[in-house]
Amino acid sequence: MKEWFEPGPLREALISDGIVLCLLALGIAFGSFVRRNELWREALGAVWRRRRGAVLVLGVYASVALVDSVVWVSASGASDQVAAHEARSLIDRAFSGAREKSYSAPFASEEFYDQSRLVQPGRHPLGTNVLGQDVFYLTLKGSRVALLIGGLTSLIAIPLALLFGILAGYFGGFVDDVVFFVMSTLASMPGILLLIALIMALGQSTFSVCVALGVTSWVGFCRLSRGETMKLRELDYVAAARTLGVRPAAILVRHILPNLMHLVVITFVLMFSGLVLSEATLAWLGIGVAGSWGQMIAQAKDELSREPMVWWNLTGAFAALFGLLLSVNLVGDALRDVLDPRTRGEG
Amino acid sequence: MLEVSELTTSFPIAGRQVPIVDGVSFSLEQGKCLALVGESGSGKSMTALSLMRLVPRPGRISSGSVRLEGQELLGLTVPEMRAVRGRRIAMIFQEPMTCLNPVVRVGEQVVEAIRLHERVEREAAKRRTLELFDRVGIPEPGARYDYYPHQLSGGLKQRVMIAMALSTQPRILVADEPTTALDVTIQAQILELLNELRAEFSMAILLITHDLGVVSRMADEVAVLYTGRVVEQASAATLLARPEHPYTRGLLASLPSRHRPGEKLHEIPGVVPSPAHWPAGCRFATRCSEVFERCPTEVPRLLPLHPDQRAACFAREGRAE
Repeated sequence: MKEWFEPGPLREALISDGIVLCLLALGIAFGSFVRRNELWREALGAVWRRRRGAVLVLGVYASVALVDSVVWVSASGASDQVAAHEARSLIDRAFSGAREKSYSAPFASEEFYDQSRLVQPGRHPLGTNVLGQDVFYLTLKGSRVALLIGGLTSLIAIPLALLFGILAGYFGGFVDDVVFFVMSTLASMPGILLLIALIMALGQSTFSVCVALGVTSWVGFCRLSRGETMKLRELDYVAAARTLGVRPAAILVRHILPNLMHLVVITFVLMFSGLVLSEATLAWLGIGVAGSWGQMIAQAKDELSREPMVWWNLTGAFAALFGLLLSVNLVGDALRDVLDPRTRGEG
Repeated sequence: MLEVSELTTSFPIAGRQVPIVDGVSFSLEQGKCLALVGESGSGKSMTALSLMRLVPRPGRISSGSVRLEGQELLGLTVPEMRAVRGRRIAMIFQEPMTCLNPVVRVGEQVVEAIRLHERVEREAAKRRTLELFDRVGIPEPGARYDYYPHQLSGGLKQRVMIAMALSTQPRILVADEPTTALDVTIQAQILELLNELRAEFSMAILLITHDLGVVSRMADEVAVLYTGRVVEQASAATLLARPEHPYTRGLLASLPSRHRPGEKLHEIPGVVPSPAHWPAGCRFATRCSEVFERCPTEVPRLLPLHPDQRAACFAREGRAE
């Protein structure tokens, strides 16, 4: 029992699988909530009808990321001794054949520069990189990193923004002054400098990059939720709740928060693509997350100047990033059209 | 049952405290209906909010007393006052469209209102909600329970609001323009319903309105407000038949029903002055047709002219008993 808690492949595997289980449970809970609640059922149904393709693409990305997160430790299929003692997912195992020595073009049967025969001829749909790693495999792995960055950062930034925004908007006065001061201070610092400083201070890990992105990106939504709360506070049903003797905390949870949920969903989706892009920028500066598409692009920049040019490394990461961001934005726009009262009924 | 005396609520305007509600006094007996009548800006809604102690910031109640069944409300702590709201004084509003939370089923909103003040099981509260829906004339209460506000018509929403207000059997119902946003046939039905419920629950109604037609249907007693002051107070029948204050006379004269077709409608000259420009003396002096020397400088007191009628006007003071 004791060794579960010690750092190592087993603990890593348990944490990752636990998170997958939690996500699946959350997904099922959200699904049954949407089923029972007709407002959300109608809204999500409308998004599905409008943007079926984009939703399906998102589903593919999410499934790849989930499959890649289900990991276990076992020696089967491992090509070497090190891999046998690592927590590896289905995707790791599927691509665990012997590594090439260097570059290979897509579907080539011999190496790009010295024309020697490949270990797995014609089996690399996106070629291999300088270390002989399969680019298609790395691209698939990047999906998990991208969703992790977008998801975890939103999970940090949105509740923070919502909490401060609602408190400032509802109570006004001193609370509002304090929140607004913090927001103005953050907004007046150059974002990228603050990001670099935070990552340097927190140490370079996936989590600290997410925290840094979260801290720098909550201001916009905080301002939005503050304004919206100020509007909702003056509405008749909030006044009616007060005349019924409802406590402020109950008004916030019951009347303000549910009426902000459409903004939360819209912001989450639109923020998501911004965050994934920000990480790509950070990776370019050398402080990104290991294994992200941003890092792949950063590494590929020198390969473009080779002769003959090595283009597939960049293409793989770029296409994956582009596909994700495009479908997220399409779904986000459709969600906004469906959920935002100002654009509702236009489509 | 409800005694309001010298209630004053002020707001800081242009650097000084301006009494938006200025020394308003009235009393309300069990089972009776008192109408507060006035134009917009006369302070009638603010009077209602003051007695529930829900004056929006930066306004505050600066003096006076509000006694409900002998208990002084202005002295209660915040949690004590919260227990009074909804439980002993309930309120319904002008706009049924916006008074219900759009993302919560209407039945659940009533259940929550019940459970706010009483420790009852959700099932029991639901049964009571269905009974109330039936009582306030919502057809098919069982089906309507699961509706969202946007699926109901304005009249039905107002009935839901009434059911919610009645859910804890309050002693006093404050109805702030309850029918203004509804069309005429629905208005009549809602007023009829309120009259029935008043008798059934033996509660008092404080009716806030600018519609003298509503007053004649509902009210026993009327207080006419102008710029935060009561200018005339009388029984409804007397006031409508024999108004004394020039402002009340002007209001009644401008009713379309009192005119022959083709004739120009009577109107009171000028507009209601804004709080920053209220005259020092009688605040109606700038628009009155019977101005005396004293009017712009001295404040007239509310004096009895007849056994059940009082008015604050120097032109009538000579006849005061």
